[in-house]
Amino acid sequence: MKLAVWTYEGPPHVGAMRVATGMQGLHLVLHAPQGDTYADLLFTMIERRGHRPPVSYTTFQARDLGADTAGLFKSACQDAYDRFKPEALLVAASCTAELIQDDPGGLAETMGLPVPVIPLELPSYQRKENFGCDEAFLQIARALAQPMARSEQVSCNILGPTGLGFRHRDDITEIAALLREMGITVNMTAPMGARPSDIARMGAAHFNVLLYPETAESAARWAEKTLGQPFTKTIPIGSRATRAFIEEVRALSGSTAPVDDSRLRQPWWAASVDSTYLTGKRVFIYGDGTHAMAAARVARDEMGFEVAGLGCYNREQARPLRALAREMGVEALVTDDYLEVEAAIEAAAPEMILGTQMERHIGKRLGIPCAVISAPVHVQDFPARYSPQMGFEGANVLFDTWVHPLVMGLEEHLLAMFRDDFEFHDAAGPSHHGGHAPQAVHQDAAQPAEPAPAATAAAAEGGSMPPEAAPPSPVTPATNNVIWLACAEKELKKIPFFVRGKARRNTEAFASQQGLSEISVDTLYEAKAHYAR
Amino acid sequence: MSTGCRNAPVLKERGQREVFCGLTGIIWLHRKMQDAFFLVVGSRTCAHLLQSAAGVMIFAEPRFGTAIMEEKDLAGMADANAELDREVARLLARRPDIRQLFLVGSCPSEVIKLDLAKAAERLSVAHAPHVRVLNYSGSGIETTFTEGEDACLASMVPVLPQTEAKELLLVGALPDVVEDQALDLLARIGVSPVRCLPARRTDDLPAVGPNTRFALAQPFLGETAAALTRRGAQRIDAPYPFGAEGSTLWLKAVAAEFGIAPEVVDQVTAAPRARAEKAVAAAAETLRGKRIFFMPDSQLEIPLARFLTRECGMQAVEIGTPYLHADIHGAELDLIAPGPVLSEGQDVDKQLDRVRAARPDLTVCGLGLANPLESEGLATKWAIELVFTPVHFYEQAGDLAALFARPLRRRAALSGLAPHLEAAE
Repeated sequence: MKLAVWTYEGPPHVGAMRVATGMQGLHLVLHAPQGDTYADLLFTMIERRGHRPPVSYTTFQARDLGADTAGLFKSACQDAYDRFKPEALLVAASCTAELIQDDPGGLAETMGLPVPVIPLELPSYQRKENFGCDEAFLQIARALAQPMARSEQVSCNILGPTGLGFRHRDDITEIAALLREMGITVNMTAPMGARPSDIARMGAAHFNVLLYPETAESAARWAEKTLGQPFTKTIPIGSRATRAFIEEVRALSGSTAPVDDSRLRQPWWAASVDSTYLTGKRVFIYGDGTHAMAAARVARDEMGFEVAGLGCYNREQARPLRALAREMGVEALVTDDYLEVEAAIEAAAPEMILGTQMERHIGKRLGIPCAVISAPVHVQDFPARYSPQMGFEGANVLFDTWVHPLVMGLEEHLLAMFRDDFEFHDAAGPSHHGGHAPQAVHQDAAQPAEPAPAATAAAAEGGSMPPEAAPPSPVTPATNNVIWLACAEKELKKIPFFVRGKARRNTEAFASQQGLSEISVDTLYEAKAHYAR
Repeated sequence: MSTGCRNAPVLKERGQREVFCGLTGIIWLHRKMQDAFFLVVGSRTCAHLLQSAAGVMIFAEPRFGTAIMEEKDLAGMADANAELDREVARLLARRPDIRQLFLVGSCPSEVIKLDLAKAAERLSVAHAPHVRVLNYSGSGIETTFTEGEDACLASMVPVLPQTEAKELLLVGALPDVVEDQALDLLARIGVSPVRCLPARRTDDLPAVGPNTRFALAQPFLGETAAALTRRGAQRIDAPYPFGAEGSTLWLKAVAAEFGIAPEVVDQVTAAPRARAEKAVAAAAETLRGKRIFFMPDSQLEIPLARFLTRECGMQAVEIGTPYLHADIHGAELDLIAPGPVLSEGQDVDKQLDRVRAARPDLTVCGLGLANPLESEGLATKWAIELVFTPVHFYEQAGDLAALFARPLRRRAALSGLAPHLEAAE
């Protein structure tokens, strides 16, 4: 047993629902108790879908347990087939139905339905949502796709996008356009948008483009082995990775068509002088493995940030993430314990977080700006506008999204210049932070901010946030028993607030390195010289 | 006087039910009981449900959590009870402010027959006197949505102290602001003393006995009422305090039980009643003559249909409820004019067929159905808002009516958007 307050991933059957909901002409019959239907609202509210997910639930209750839950499952299958006439039927059990061992796959097979029935084994007490996506898509491919003649023109499949995916909708538009520009036909995109009959034509493609290893790596590996289709390993997030992806696709396809990168602004935006202030900003990065690793590379190599922490919640990606963290000189954080992530961020005291919606809330409590880079998704992650993460436009979007929470360069310069001005002082905070700026209130440890009434907030943009709580008190006793002398403390306050935390940390680190027990004004400036770059 | 819908035939359906399970009640119960912690013993699904129902993404350290069972807990490799004891000890060590711990059963814990009652007894002894440990089931196989609150309150009744005093017990978790208004009205009418279940803090828990008279503030507390009756308390039967009429009838029934004349109630409530009627009238401009369809959800459907038909001029097409209790819904059914279909239980696809055939002006439904119906051109009201928003008694009557008027006003405001609102695929 493990106590969880908030979770990054749902159970595996929710992953199967994401695959089914992304597809067309497919129906999932889920053996599940009453109440598991809550999962529908993820799709209808967060993603604003105008259709119910194509999922029928048996919704058994206690009185059914002593009777015939297997019969209930069979009638739910028959009703679902009669009403929705899908091209194929997925059948699975949720956590409770797994315990009653009715064997949905075996039951459905005996029914002689005139469409393929694809049973899923989803071990709810071991695995999680991403596994559910990956496994469901693998089983669909195995059941429906066969080796077949390749298309005459060079073509590929795009694998991985699902319902409730972080920016999947726009990523596939961007990458499909890029592939078209390279003269490559997209044979099929799946799961999102595909019908079972499309999956059957999977083998016609010359290779696969794997965009989200979390949801489709098993299917890509299966297709490599069974259908002889190689797949791309580069995730095209950031301008460098997009160029590497183009090279990888050229190698797989023989395409020599030039790619127009004239709309890629991110490298120049990062190089222009206004961005100088981004240099060495310490960022803490956390998300699903794929997005976290991509963000770390972009942060270091394309934005000039310093990666102060790197982590992911899905163990499946732990190995490559640990390797990258080592390369970047930080310790990898592989955990799905929200409180552990919060503690790690607090300890690292970054100037910015690139995380999920959950880290955005951590950032609000700690007074650290945050940009969202990964699932789990929130209604805010489905903007009305086109907003991919991948490809050249994705690189532009990353620049804007990551810089937005920070004070702009020129504005930062002015803040420093006018920091003693009566209406432009530290406590006023940068204007566009508005109510988001840290406030000098003390968080009551016994009464942490509580959820606002609920589902009203399911769709309310940011409406569910807890009241603003303060970051740790702006003037705290030094760690390691180093004492700040009053004059040094006073001098520290003259330093602009947005670099003050860094100055404090560096000075304390310097003092303990030097074996000092007190910090004087001199220590402060010696430390400044020591860390000067 | 007509008996309204009390003897009307009821369409009973058994099929797929698109409803929350009882765990959802934790979202409002933990806010009401400020020194209680709700520990669900369940699966990752339970944790995900709570997170999703709680507004999808709100991240403080809340006073609820899920002890997620793992493979080894099921396979008998670890003693699930030992695991539970360890997690509870850790939790209570971290949260010394907690005085009351609810172990909440879930579908998986019920199916593997984990005995949480025994666990609660054991843990109560271990952590007495500072923390009292109780248990109830919020599982989907046992409870539907608001039945979770019922199960929680019922679990508290056997351990309430005994009293011989004649007291009024106000039963049901109301937002503090609403509870304060109710207590103020009762005090001015002369009903005293009044205690509340649940109490905001453990030290304020009420006592109960043969002279206790209790009034339900929510129409879904059948088990709690039965448990109180077993302790000798007597229920005051009344419509529920929604709208001006419901509030007045509820207060008069309580007053009568305490020997106070209805004229006293009329006098005390004249001003708030007039305010409520005025506020309701404003929303009724939008609602009058409109047809409403209730999908089964919170068990609030019958009292709300009574309020909307009698005070706002709406016509009910179908009033669906997860459960229809003749006993606790009877006074409401008496007031509803015959005509609407009464349905109990659900077969969601068939019911949606009826919605599409009837094309009501407004459909009250869960979050999973709202946007799909909107995309078919049918206006909806999310039912869940009705349990999270202060809606009881006079001062909230206008807000309650406005909750139903707003989707219609919004639809009218956006009707100029051409060609029509396309929903996301």
